[in-house]
Amino acid sequence: MPVTDKVCAISDIVGSLESGMTLGIGGWGGRRKPMAVVRELLKTDVGNLTVISYGGPDVGMLAAAGKIRKLVFGFVSMDLVPLEAHFRAARQAGAFEVMEIDEGMLQLGLKAAAQRLPFLPTRVGFGSDVLTTNPELRTVTSPYEDGETLVAMPALPVDVAICHANEADALGNSRISGPDPFFDEWLCRAAQRAFLTTEALVETSAFNDPLIALQMPIERSLVQGVALAPYGAHPTSCAPKYGMDIAHLREYSGAAKGGWPAYLERYVTGKGLDAYVAEVGGADAISALPLPVF
Amino acid sequence: MSDFTLAELCICCAAEAFRGDGEVLATSIGLVPRLGAGLAKLSFEPGLMITDGEAYLVSEPVPVGPRGGYQPKIEGLMTYERVFDIIYRGKRHAMVTPVQVDRFGQMNISVIGDYATPKAALLGVRGYPGNTVSNANSMFIPNHGKRTFVAGEVDMVSGVGYNPARWPGGVKPKFLDLRRIITNLAVMDFQGPNNCLRVISRHPGVSFEEIQDNTSFELVAMDGLGVTPAPTAGQLKLIRERLDPHDLRATVLPGNPPGIPAAGR
Repeated sequence: MPVTDKVCAISDIVGSLESGMTLGIGGWGGRRKPMAVVRELLKTDVGNLTVISYGGPDVGMLAAAGKIRKLVFGFVSMDLVPLEAHFRAARQAGAFEVMEIDEGMLQLGLKAAAQRLPFLPTRVGFGSDVLTTNPELRTVTSPYEDGETLVAMPALPVDVAICHANEADALGNSRISGPDPFFDEWLCRAAQRAFLTTEALVETSAFNDPLIALQMPIERSLVQGVALAPYGAHPTSCAPKYGMDIAHLREYSGAAKGGWPAYLERYVTGKGLDAYVAEVGGADAISALPLPVF
Repeated sequence: MSDFTLAELCICCAAEAFRGDGEVLATSIGLVPRLGAGLAKLSFEPGLMITDGEAYLVSEPVPVGPRGGYQPKIEGLMTYERVFDIIYRGKRHAMVTPVQVDRFGQMNISVIGDYATPKAALLGVRGYPGNTVSNANSMFIPNHGKRTFVAGEVDMVSGVGYNPARWPGGVKPKFLDLRRIITNLAVMDFQGPNNCLRVISRHPGVSFEEIQDNTSFELVAMDGLGVTPAPTAGQLKLIRERLDPHDLRATVLPGNPPGIPAAGR
């Protein structure tokens, strides 16, 4: 049976999303976020979303647009701009439900879903307000001699996962060439469907290298569609190609004080990715953004 | 040495917190903890594992700030996913800066105020719940005061502390291990009665009373409480020439005060 050509458009990815879904968003804080998809989603009337994310401006923008019903998270931060102003404003207003859990618990929840298990046991959560603020979290007793009581971190199934890769081919093979693949793999494994955006569409032969293969945590059977989105992580970083756009992130943060409509008007409304890239200074300017030093 | 800043003193205290750790991952969030871990590695804990702040283990501390031509000396990989593996195995010592700390050593980095509609939403609990029940933890608090060291409990217990009322069945979590708190006034540990906070050294010119007056709960003083030892010339050289050549540490404490206050304090 021939394998399918999975190449699609950013708008196809967003077109497959429905209100009420659970969305898993890849990347980490201010790094390698599928922002082109997030911006495209802002243009739609899809809402009421449950969002699972190692949060950055993806969460902030969806929160500012009122699209989040429930946020499952351990943090929301833009790294070098530590606090996410739009997330904070919405959180402080009680605009969405929260399942605030330890980052490691988030990973366990994704791993449980990925393994089609109801939960995975952990000690994490005990003694903290994670258990009191999430009364749905249950405990389980070890059936072995130790008899230890553990937190049963429930599976966090995802309807649609969206991640941004450095390279992908039409079959859904992909490569993350930055130093850290983050938890994209687990979001994809926990998801019914996963979509990738990519800096570059390449021939499959581009992956014919044992060292490159080590940078390919997401096998193609996990992937439903691949959309070309050069500079699609901006204003977050996409190492090694470009760094965070700190100036843009500050401008975006500033927009939390009444400037959100103007931000949308300038960078989102009626703009595809090419027009967005031009508006933020062009491909050369993004390419010249230095990789962040931590 | 008598010519040093309070930030430099804090860096040396942060380094001391890692003494005896051996081959563990030092996760140091923020400039003073990071410089402290680097100083410990270069001076008395060569086995410490440290990162470039991103995803690689490095065999020597990466100087902070602009690196010029310096290339990190990679010795291994430490992606975020692997950090959690090492947390659960316990071979890690984290030094962090929470927004609130209470008498139990419980830490808050989530929200200030009511949980549903907080006065201030901060980062979220991050890895604090897991860190504190899995590996050693220390803190650096640059602004020792009652807003940070709060009465009662912190608003949202993100990091677990020595509070039996919160432990399942009242049993201490097996791997709970709070080590030291370094502040701009003092160094403390949790070796007081019932693991209460104990001042183990006061910085030059600071009295125990001043430390107590800036804390919302009762502290105990170590027997024979003395003054925090000044950095050695060797430590200052490492900090100034290797670890922080751009003097980013001058920005950590308001006014970059000297380590030994001017006469008259």
